[in-house]
Amino acid sequence: MTPFTYARASDVPDAVRLASLEATKYLGGGTNLVDLMRETIERPEALVDVTGLSAAIEDHQGGLLIGAAARNTALAEHRMVRETYPVLARAILSGASAQVRNMATVGGNLLQRTRCAYFYDPEGSRCNKRSPGEGCDAVGGFNRMHAILGASSACIATHPSDMCVALAALDALIHVQGPAGERTVALTDLHRLPADRPDLDSTLEPGELITAVALPSLPTGAHSTYRKVRDRASYAFALVSVGAVLAVEDGIITDVRIALGGVAHKPWRASTAEAALRGRQATPENFRAAAEAELLDAQPLRDNGFKVPLAIRTITATLGELTGENA
Amino acid sequence: MPIIINGAAVSLPDDPRVSLLDLLREYLHLAGTKMGCNQGACGACTVLVDGERIISCLALAVQYEGRAITTVEGLATGGDLHPLQRAFIEHDGFQCGYCTPGQICSAIGMAAELERGLPSHVTADLLLDEILASREELAERMSGNLCRCGAHNGIMDAIAATFIHTETSRSTGPDSAEAAA
Ligand SMILES: Cc1cc2nc3c(=O)[nH]c(=O)nc-3n(C[C@H](O)[C@H](O)[C@H](O)COP(=O)(O)OP(=O)(O)OC[C@H]3O[C@@H](n4cnc5c(N)ncnc54)[C@H](O)[C@@H]3O)c2cc1C
Ligand code: FES
Ligand code: FES
Repeated sequence: MTPFTYARASDVPDAVRLASLEATKYLGGGTNLVDLMRETIERPEALVDVTGLSAAIEDHQGGLLIGAAARNTALAEHRMVRETYPVLARAILSGASAQVRNMATVGGNLLQRTRCAYFYDPEGSRCNKRSPGEGCDAVGGFNRMHAILGASSACIATHPSDMCVALAALDALIHVQGPAGERTVALTDLHRLPADRPDLDSTLEPGELITAVALPSLPTGAHSTYRKVRDRASYAFALVSVGAVLAVEDGIITDVRIALGGVAHKPWRASTAEAALRGRQATPENFRAAAEAELLDAQPLRDNGFKVPLAIRTITATLGELTGENA
Repeated sequence: MPIIINGAAVSLPDDPRVSLLDLLREYLHLAGTKMGCNQGACGACTVLVDGERIISCLALAVQYEGRAITTVEGLATGGDLHPLQRAFIEHDGFQCGYCTPGQICSAIGMAAELERGLPSHVTADLLLDEILASREELAERMSGNLCRCGAHNGIMDAIAATFIHTETSRSTGPDSAEAAA
């Protein structure tokens, strides 16, 4: 690890002021950043600890406002999350281990970096995300874990977060404060597709701090859940995951939101599938047809062709579960 | 402000790069807590912070100023082993013993989580106040602690004997790749 200074932020303006130095990083639980610093993939000169900022989880305009310092465990455990947003509780509980979830903050989870093995190998592999312009060894390499949607020739990494997939399905809003003031970004606009700048994971400006996440209220009668498919039953990143919210009235779908994990550089909102389902009957046939439509543009790589049928089946099964059908 | 390790106040190192794990092992020579992967993946370094389990390898010690850390060295009371330590001996909860301190600290943290009703990935009903501590629940909740010797059956028996009083049947998790495919 290269040397750095450490400071604890007392409030949001203090954090933003402390971070105005060039190579500063905010520090949450450290479960991703400390790992990357030890690998010298991240080399900040200064860390600003933001775990002392708001971790409150409170009612807000019919929904919830979640302080960015809230721990992953606290969010999954919160009564209203369990009652109203089970997709979020289930997504968080399916990620990492209990120890990691006790440390990880909501802000840090949002900005965790890819687990691409080539990104994690500064000694032996080329990676455009790590060293822009260097090339990508994953493209022609072992790419079983990599993206099937929205990738570019420069980068095929996936976003690893489970929580973010649920937040994408819930239309979450991210509250941000930076040197230029406050703003709000939709979760679906927080992360980027790689295009020719895979070194940029998010659309945040330098020095911008995530202060909170707002969850809007859900339509009445909506049910939600999260399904994660992985190589072992626990403690593994997703091959494919699905977060879904579904409202059905008299057999007709009145509202549906679907997001996919493990398939793209960002949580993938399945808007093609959603459009194909809105106003239609909630049947397994329609679920499958919509899932197939979503995956029509998939571009599988040498080793990850299995993700296409897996994603189709997982979407179909998750929506089936929400209508009480055992898919 | 110092950091409290097993009840004793200790001053923090000047270098903020020192992990909580290195503070314990290299600075304080408390070698009970083990380093497996140093990447958060194995759980060998698990300790309790104010009763909550965390992995100490990815924790910068400086972040835990003022907090009370309990390691495996701090579990016995006046020469009496913690009941879970005794159960590990009784149920053959280890072979080489390398993962054991992490398993034990993790299980103590886990028992508190179960007690307060924190659901897990395999909890069917998120709204229950009381969660049935089935074998499946214990396995899921302990999945952050690996044992390369394969002593898991003994580990589960020791944990079950200490923290749950009604033995329930074994079953497998619902979401393996196989189950969904
Ligand atoms: C072994 C292991 C397995 C894992 N498995 C999974 C899994 O299956 N699913 C999953 O989803 N995750 C998994 N994770 C990842 C884990 O969820 C993340 O490491 C964690 O959420 C990061 O949170 P943190 O608070 O520790 O972030 P940190 O490591 O502190 O920070 C991460 C990044 O966020 C930035 N940051 C932190 N807070 C803010 C803020 N408020 N504003 C702006 N920037 C900020 C930091 O600068 C840094 O760039 C795993 C991690 C490990 C170690
Ligand atoms: S040494 Fe900390 S989790 Fe492996
Ligand atoms: S007893 Fe050897 S690693 Fe678990």
